[in-house]
Amino acid sequence: MARRVMIKGNEAIAMGAIEAGCRYYFGYPITPQTDIPEYLSAAMPKVGGVFLQAESEVAAINMLLGAAATGVRAMTSSSSPGISLKQEGISYLAGSQIPGVIVNMSRSGPGLGGIHPSQGDYFQSTRGGGHGDYRTLVLAPSTAQENYDLTMLAFDLADKYRNPVMVLGDALIGQIKEPVELKTYRKKLKEKPWALTGAKGRHGHILKSLFLADGELTDHNWMLAKKYKSMEKEVRFETYRAEDAQLLLVAFGSVGRILRTSVDILRDKGKAVGLLRPITLFPFPNKAVRQAADKAKALMVMEMSTGQMVEDVRLAAECACPVDFYGRPPGSIPTPDELAKEAMKIWRKRGLK
Amino acid sequence: MYFDTIIAGFGGQGVLLMGNVLAYAAMQAGKQVTYMPVYGVEMRGGTANCTVVVSDRPVGSPIIHEPVTAVVMNRPSAEKFGPMVKKKGQVFVNASLVKQGQFETRAKRVSWVPTLELANEVGNSRLANMVMLGAVVQGSGVLTVQQLAEALTGALDPRYHKMIPANVQALEAGASFVSEQKAA
Amino acid sequence: MSAKPKMKKVFDRPKSLKDVPYHYCPGCHHGVIHRLVAEQIDNFGLKENTLAAASVGCSVLMYDYFDVDVVESPHGRAPAVPTGLKRAKPDSFVFTYQGDGDLAAIGTAEIVHAANRGENITVVFVNNAVFGMTGGQMAPTTLLGQVTTTSPYGRSAVTDGLPIRVSEMLSTLEGTAYAARVAVDNIKNLKKAKAALKRAFTYQTKGWGFSFVEFLSSCPTNWKMSAEEANARVGKEMADYFPLGVYKDVRAN
Repeated sequence: MARRVMIKGNEAIAMGAIEAGCRYYFGYPITPQTDIPEYLSAAMPKVGGVFLQAESEVAAINMLLGAAATGVRAMTSSSSPGISLKQEGISYLAGSQIPGVIVNMSRSGPGLGGIHPSQGDYFQSTRGGGHGDYRTLVLAPSTAQENYDLTMLAFDLADKYRNPVMVLGDALIGQIKEPVELKTYRKKLKEKPWALTGAKGRHGHILKSLFLADGELTDHNWMLAKKYKSMEKEVRFETYRAEDAQLLLVAFGSVGRILRTSVDILRDKGKAVGLLRPITLFPFPNKAVRQAADKAKALMVMEMSTGQMVEDVRLAAECACPVDFYGRPPGSIPTPDELAKEAMKIWRKRGLK
Repeated sequence: MYFDTIIAGFGGQGVLLMGNVLAYAAMQAGKQVTYMPVYGVEMRGGTANCTVVVSDRPVGSPIIHEPVTAVVMNRPSAEKFGPMVKKKGQVFVNASLVKQGQFETRAKRVSWVPTLELANEVGNSRLANMVMLGAVVQGSGVLTVQQLAEALTGALDPRYHKMIPANVQALEAGASFVSEQKAA
Repeated sequence: MSAKPKMKKVFDRPKSLKDVPYHYCPGCHHGVIHRLVAEQIDNFGLKENTLAAASVGCSVLMYDYFDVDVVESPHGRAPAVPTGLKRAKPDSFVFTYQGDGDLAAIGTAEIVHAANRGENITVVFVNNAVFGMTGGQMAPTTLLGQVTTTSPYGRSAVTDGLPIRVSEMLSTLEGTAYAARVAVDNIKNLKKAKAALKRAFTYQTKGWGFSFVEFLSSCPTNWKMSAEEANARVGKEMADYFPLGVYKDVRAN
């Protein structure tokens, strides 16, 4: 029988990582993700793994780079300001095609900002984040269960594409406590012929992102671009009461789950409102949004920011229907009633019945 | 079935533990549940609160602005959360620290629970939180005292397991108090 | 003519080095230092069990010369990367090869903490008192008065501070087990350098902890000197400020 446990969202991330075979964690304390290193500092030694509190976020991501270069599953976690520091290393991981899982339990900014939940790291996560023309796969959980499941998936995707994968939650998703059904990870890990294991009976392997010969870097970037394109098949999203929705709300992560309640409130009032929640932010569910734009009378994006994902939704909708927006900068978490009221404003503005 | 509550009080009164035990019991009862602690920095002395939502369906928002139930363990919490409770909702007030007329609420039902006095009868004033939790489940019907008692092993840190019998007594004392009031 | 005289091979390319010409400038000491490191990899039989971290600077291209597994590190992060390598593969021999810009400027935090943790790795530090790859800018190890492209009036103690003596600094850390400063400007020093590297390799292979070998090196191009002048400067000006010797050897008996 499946085991259900009541755990914090952050703990679910840590437990998912261990279940997926991650035995190397490098991190640095920052609120609101510190439960992850705290949990792993106790858990890793028990499973023969390595927990290392690095001298900085910068060092932590590069320790991950070194460990992952040998072919093992490795993870680091942080929150927004710390993720900014890791971006150099993430760019090198992408350029050198070294897999790794980076968790961002994001908080508010810019600068030191605060520890409130925020979705202001959407651009940073989905546009690569560091220097150069690259992408990371981005998974956006909205429940503790998803934290657990998507962390396991993150390791699979990282290995499959030899690419960094970002798990993007926020303070709410990290601090919430919910029942989580624990699973047994059964996938057999594939060999990594590219890894650094010692040049036994072969020439040395080189993992690098520097390409100086004529045309080499162009080819490398085209190869990466093709890889990012091929990730489209990993698109994941969830819909809720969307079938006959005239107004379709689009939101990810914590706002995505709060809106379930808003949709129920509006449905109780007889309004045909539904929800589309992207789970992969890169690759973005462009097709799903486009189809929704054909079906619904209007789309409305809601974010805990002043508007980031809305740009992707507008691009994906290709003007097939109007796309409205409600944003909440960090400071307070929007309630279902407040969001329902905002949706009603658009309902009226667009003359829906 | 749907139930939500904001549990609030001073840090150190054990309000987060109340939420944890309630959430754990709800999970064991096969319900969907979320527990959301307040986002504060104080470990002791400041105000603390948490929100617990229990439902048959997946829980959307873990944050509630108009709760069905509020559990207020001190006066500042009563003043803050009392007015937010729904008209058809219920407020559980720690009568040992909050007096009549000290806060406003639209809620039709207000239960005054002398948690300290009842906890002292059990033999430990620190069990006031469990007294209140017993009163809450009895008064709201969200779960049974038995279900809470069974959740203690999982919800409490093993080093407090020797306190479980006293905790159960406190839960029962709170529940009996509410039953007797209803009967009266 | 009689049969060919019997020739004994007295000098050969270490197996850990690829048979390719170096891109390094004439008179640069990287080539000699590469060779010394490769010799020890061969001597200790580690060619098939070595993981190296390349750093940013002229020596980033070390993977074009060393025939071992190499991962490239972001600038200055080389001691963090092999921390990951070593933790994941504790039975491998792990070394970094870093210049002074990389190690003593942008990577100061990483080298100090890797040493302080006592990571069982070996760091080869090449100090030529200048940023080489970017074209001769001031480094943390640039000598007082030395003219570079970013210290056109000579390094000033008032505005730039004094050059950092890394071997001495790291020796103050409990985690550093072995630290030595060597040079390859003459045969006598070269032999000492060999011995220091051998000692560093011994430390790691025996699991004795963090080992560090600093090489004073020349950079004729950016010093605007001939190879001979640059070589002479290493033994004089450089060694005056950065004294050669073993700074720490906790297992010395």
